[in-house]
Amino acid sequence: NKVELPPPPECVCVKLSGPASLPAEDISTNSNGPKQDSLFDDDPEDLFAEATEEVSLDSPERDVLLSDGPSPAITPITPPCSLITPHIDMFTHCSFDEIEEEEGGDSFDMHISVSDPEKVGDGMNAYMAYKVSTKTSMSLFRSQDFSVKRRFSDFLGLHSKLASKYLHIGYIVPPAPEKSIVGMTKVKVGKEDQSSNEFVEKRRSALERYLMRTVKHPTLLKDPDVLQFLESSELPRAVSTQALSSAGILRMVNKAAEAVNKMTIKMNESDAWFEEKQQHFDNLDLQLRKLHASVESLVCHRRELSVNTALFAKSAAMLGNSEDHTALSRALSQLAEVEEKIDQLHQDQANADFYCFSELLGDYVRLITAVKGVFDHRMKTWQKWQDGQILLQKKREAEAKLQFNNKPEKLQQAKDEMRELEGKVQQGERDFELISKTIRKEVSRFEKERVKDFKTIIIKYLESLVQTQQKVKNIIIIIFSISY
Amino acid sequence: MRSVSVDLNHDASLLIDIPDALCERDKVKFTVHTKTTLSSFQKPDFSVPRQHEDFIWLHDTLVETEDYAGLIIPPVPPKPDFESPREKMHKLGEGEATMTKEEYTKMKQELEAEYLAVFKKTVQVHEVFLQRLSSHPILSKDRNFQIFLEYDQDLTVRRKNAKEMFGGFFKNMVKSADEVLISGIKEVDDFFEQEKTFLLDYYSKIKDSTAKAEKMTRSHKNIADDYIHISATLNTLSADDSTANKKHCGGYYMSSFVFLQKVEGRVASDQELKLTELLRYYMRDIQAAKDLLYRRARALVDYENSNKALDKARLKSRDIPQAEEHQKQCLQKFDKLSESGKKELTSFKGRRVVAFRKNLIEMAELEIKHAKLLRTWLAMV
Repeated sequence: NKVELPPPPECVCVKLSGPASLPAEDISTNSNGPKQDSLFDDDPEDLFAEATEEVSLDSPERDVLLSDGPSPAITPITPPCSLITPHIDMFTHCSFDEIEEEEGGDSFDMHISVSDPEKVGDGMNAYMAYKVSTKTSMSLFRSQDFSVKRRFSDFLGLHSKLASKYLHIGYIVPPAPEKSIVGMTKVKVGKEDQSSNEFVEKRRSALERYLMRTVKHPTLLKDPDVLQFLESSELPRAVSTQALSSAGILRMVNKAAEAVNKMTIKMNESDAWFEEKQQHFDNLDLQLRKLHASVESLVCHRRELSVNTALFAKSAAMLGNSEDHTALSRALSQLAEVEEKIDQLHQDQANADFYCFSELLGDYVRLITAVKGVFDHRMKTWQKWQDGQILLQKKREAEAKLQFNNKPEKLQQAKDEMRELEGKVQQGERDFELISKTIRKEVSRFEKERVKDFKTIIIKYLESLVQTQQKVKNIIIIIFSISY
Repeated sequence: MRSVSVDLNHDASLLIDIPDALCERDKVKFTVHTKTTLSSFQKPDFSVPRQHEDFIWLHDTLVETEDYAGLIIPPVPPKPDFESPREKMHKLGEGEATMTKEEYTKMKQELEAEYLAVFKKTVQVHEVFLQRLSSHPILSKDRNFQIFLEYDQDLTVRRKNAKEMFGGFFKNMVKSADEVLISGIKEVDDFFEQEKTFLLDYYSKIKDSTAKAEKMTRSHKNIADDYIHISATLNTLSADDSTANKKHCGGYYMSSFVFLQKVEGRVASDQELKLTELLRYYMRDIQAAKDLLYRRARALVDYENSNKALDKARLKSRDIPQAEEHQKQCLQKFDKLSESGKKELTSFKGRRVVAFRKNLIEMAELEIKHAKLLRTWLAMV
């Protein structure tokens, strides 16, 4: 039974640059390093100008229920004087082109961890509080090392505020982790068992990834809601995020309505880039879902393997006890010991499969949905602009008629209305151009991140597999002591 | 597979192997090839075609031969079972639309390999059966064995006749009764007392271990299949990415998982052969040993009954010589069985220990090789 080395793969193997073992987290966004200087003439107020601008955009489609009421602190946080120093990295008004050309430049220095889940309260009103700790050297923040307590609905509230501010103008807002009524109920009811612990760990990990993704987005990082979320010790409760609230149900209805709407918009796509990208993301969506399903199957089978190995280990131990030939009995006991330890390794590997691979794929499946949503918003913006133009045309025709019929007061009114409409149409065109520009920038950034992310995920995963095999090998050598 | 029973087929006077076999639908036709220096055979080198049913016939005639009651008759090879790969192939056909062409091809290849593995296993287990017979000093001389090896016509007719002759009375006995019978016997001989205790207990344990090992192997196979799907999807993804992002993202995504699948598949098959098959084979062998104990137990019961009959005859002062004769015969039979049984069981233990040791060591060495292989490959990536 000779085991031959397989031929090396025919395709070109891209040699990874950098250290063999990758650093834990840092998939840094490309941010502008030395070019910042010119931009520090802006006064601190301007840092949040972008945010205020976006909030005031007149967009009737904006779902009022998405937001939890007026966002507090549009008033800029008074930053310390150290703000205007050349060491600051992240938040700069980079031009879109600059970002696109950029490579490298690891100057994003921020690390968020979500930890110490704690059950607060009792019964159905109980909830999990998580500690959100931020470590950063960026002077955007009041200090370098701080933490706050947050609950799940706070995260949802943050997302809903960001979504209401940024989604409809083309920013890819990372989706929040999913609600789980079943999972949460188990925790509330107080079941301190394996599955509820796993649920809390899964959620904690998801929340951490969510926050890191959000702050890695150069625009979102600067948002006052994000800053308040990370820094402020007290946060107003986000009630409308409850799954079974009337707001929640209304949200679901709106989402359905939006889906129908989308199907009826027929846009004349003049820009080939958008057509190509739309296709690309549709494909990506399909493939990622498929991959996610396969990896979930892998996790399941690996957990089964772990269980079966443990069962076999016990059985082999019994067989060893039963065996009357001394040396063989010992060998069988050793086999049982080996399998028992291997079972633990399989379990650990299953967890790695899950957290390292499966959950991250799940994140990306949801992210792609957000990307597609952004493309949809562009279509809606286009539609609005078109509608405005059609209305303007009608008004023009009506005005011409009035002129013909010589009705001066009505004419004046019509002229006023038309002027207003013209303004709106122009704004509509600007909106459309702006969202298109934003999306281009966002997609470029997103794709770069994604490709880098995937590479990292897979390498990390393969490394975990190899490590497991090494451990298996070592166990066999030590325990089995093949000196027979 | 050959290592489940070591030290077979070394005696040049009678060498048997199955060099090839043909699979038609469900029927497997084995070519049984014999090379011999014994004058009892008509030719020194010859081959015959045989079916699985022929092997069953041979086994049954040996079991029902009184003279061999004191021997461990090698377990009959199990029927070739292509059910599992066939069912999977069917499912694959149904799911063809959901996969890429490449994925489908790979899965099909895997199933074909599985099919081939089942085929190889069944050939080898039939071969081992014959080799056990040929290396046994007494069984190798059996007349029916010779017929099996030599008779160049269809054995079907003979098979039917045999059934009518014996009526299969041993087989028709309720097997579940044997445990009760064996354990109920008042044993005077320490050796057999120990063997009885040991074999009964060991059988149930090894049966359990076999089942658990099978489950473990199946999990490995499932994981290997998952790797196929993952590698196929990653391949599609990296191709898309290369065009969309105008960067070469490297085929190492896909090829890593292809490699993983191969390794995992190999782990599964090695485990299957070295561990699961080993356990399975010895489970059957121990059943054969238990059968020997059963026959001896029956002989003991017969002897005890003959004693009772003799006492009765003496009391009634009638038919004493017949009763004495009968009792003498029973005792002789029982002694013969005990003597031969002792020899058989002792050599059985030796055989088992050697086979286990060989397989366990080989399995451990293979696992180590796999680990090294994986590491070497990743370093190349």
